[in-house]
Amino acid sequence: MKFTGTDTYVATPDLMIAVNAAVTLQRPLLIKGEPGTGKTVLAHEVARAMNKDLLEWHIKSTTKAQQGLYEYDAVSRLRDSQLGDEKVHDIKNYINKGKLWEAFTADESPILLIDEVDKADIEFPNDLLQELDRMEFNVYETGETIKAVNRPLVIITSNNEKDLPDAFLRRCFFHYIKFPDKETMIDIINVHFPDIQNILVREALNLFYDVRDVPGLKKKPSTSELLDWLKLLMVEDMPADVLKSRDPKKLIPPLHGALLKNEQDVHMLERLAFMNRRENR
Amino acid sequence: MFTNFFLNLRDHGVPVSLREYLTLMEGMQAGIANHSLEDFYYLSRATLVKNESNLDKFDQVFGHCFKGLEAPEGQDLTSEIPEDWLRKMAEKFLSPEEMAKIEAMGDWDKLMETLKKRLEEQDSRHQGGSKWIGTAGTSPFGAYGYNPEGVRIGQKESRHRRAVKVWDKREFRNLDDNVELGTRNIKVALKRLRNFARQGAAEELDLDDTIRSTAKQGYLDIKMVPERHNAIKVLIFFDIGGSMDPHIKLCEELFSAARSEFKHMEYFYFHNCLYEGVWQDNSRRHQNRLSTYDILHKYPHDYKVIFVGDASMSPYEIVYPGGSVEHWNEESGEVWMKRVLDVYQSAIWLNPTKESHWDYTHSISLMRELMDDRMYPLTIGGMEQAMKELSRKK
Repeated sequence: MKFTGTDTYVATPDLMIAVNAAVTLQRPLLIKGEPGTGKTVLAHEVARAMNKDLLEWHIKSTTKAQQGLYEYDAVSRLRDSQLGDEKVHDIKNYINKGKLWEAFTADESPILLIDEVDKADIEFPNDLLQELDRMEFNVYETGETIKAVNRPLVIITSNNEKDLPDAFLRRCFFHYIKFPDKETMIDIINVHFPDIQNILVREALNLFYDVRDVPGLKKKPSTSELLDWLKLLMVEDMPADVLKSRDPKKLIPPLHGALLKNEQDVHMLERLAFMNRRENR
Repeated sequence: MFTNFFLNLRDHGVPVSLREYLTLMEGMQAGIANHSLEDFYYLSRATLVKNESNLDKFDQVFGHCFKGLEAPEGQDLTSEIPEDWLRKMAEKFLSPEEMAKIEAMGDWDKLMETLKKRLEEQDSRHQGGSKWIGTAGTSPFGAYGYNPEGVRIGQKESRHRRAVKVWDKREFRNLDDNVELGTRNIKVALKRLRNFARQGAAEELDLDDTIRSTAKQGYLDIKMVPERHNAIKVLIFFDIGGSMDPHIKLCEELFSAARSEFKHMEYFYFHNCLYEGVWQDNSRRHQNRLSTYDILHKYPHDYKVIFVGDASMSPYEIVYPGGSVEHWNEESGEVWMKRVLDVYQSAIWLNPTKESHWDYTHSISLMRELMDDRMYPLTIGGMEQAMKELSRKK
């Protein structure tokens, strides 16, 4: 089964190849890219297109690899033993399944999203090497081996906050989502807002790329911010010529709050616009 | 099968391993690439490249190895483009007769071959002239030109045209870690700095884990975790004035962005070479000088020292007393550099000039010798090496 994008997700040809390669060869797919270019959404859309269940494992700085396999709740077992609970004799009662366990034992092969793997400790990916490679692991407390019935498709996203170990990278397919060009962007917008006026899109995009080109912005607006902004423009029923008119009184784009998330960036844009106005005079 | 390509990648510093190569073969066998060169490019890129900084190198090697392989069976790309191109040219300037003439003399392959060579030679914007690709020239390549044989580049792109030779576009050029620091990759550099700042922290008691493992073991089992904040202390010396100014601004931004990550960070400025005095406020450099001795005495030896400067000056400024261009220095710059390096074991020099030019400037070699070779270019790659050097335990 081939992934070719969905009615709500525009996939570039290189992304399609990467996804299909990962599906066919049953290897994990590592996705990197600027924040807001649709890394996490990809997993959702692949799951939808292929009609599979999606298991999400969101990684935090405190997440341990073991938590993805299983956790042995020793503390409640100790408590139960002091209260004389019958449960205490079977250790299985205190083993909580993790996401990988769930994915391995699911009836139909699901899609497992390991989101923002770089948030975790630097050793985290190394601890999962064998588990992702062979798709099996041991439960030491009970001595059983959990083996994947159907190998799940593993999609891993990273924001590049930490380098991932080479041994881990060798086992993955890699795709870098680069920021879409104007045409792809129009496709993306059409997918999300089919009834938006063409002129509005064009003017908004021009403005958007202008803002992205401003040097030294702390956080450049990305696809998801553009989509939010367009939604706002539509809700406000903003006519296209408002965007076009370089009205000196309105120095920066209307509803800029959706695009710029940082007050320094807003100040900077205002300053630049002000300087620009003086030059034009 | 593609052993040559594989070896070439290794030669050009893309870290590919046998395992990835076998995966690629497996993928080919499974028919993912579907016998089209473009799909093969995407597949091999997803298999062999694992870091966006290597994408550009990969594109270059790919273009080099598979040159002349474009347009496999069933897809007549070469005829599609000139037609498209001619049509667009015609819209702009040409009469039908002229169009026919061009078609007659247009040796497409040769044109493309030359174009590619030019692209390899040229990497900056160009305007005018008769050889380079740029705007408003008479060269056959470029935009808005007068040569009827010209290939238009970057002027108008049809979105329905197939992306021929995607790798030749080299879209990932500014992710390469050998390019100079710029606004795009400053973020990546910052991450390197942060990684550096997070190392070497002390440990504290992890209460949750201690309770859990005590319950599990049946005896008191104390667990420690690394402390969350950073212990790295840094002194930065900037060479200011003249050619260094644009670089300094960039570096200051970079380091102040990373400031919160360091436990302690101090800036100092000097001019060309370090002497007996430095200053912290460039507008009052002559009034508020700090004695370098004071700095050596004030900050203990576990501080890490970073010099940022082009080290390009007359050798006298380093070697002889009185060599400074600004004032009379009793002792030579060399002596002062040695003093600083004696106190601070961990020190590096970041140099914004291109590494390939270092050997041509005598003062750079001198300074590099003084620094025991710990001079690194101001690129992401250089930054990484420099931080590695700084975090080495002495």
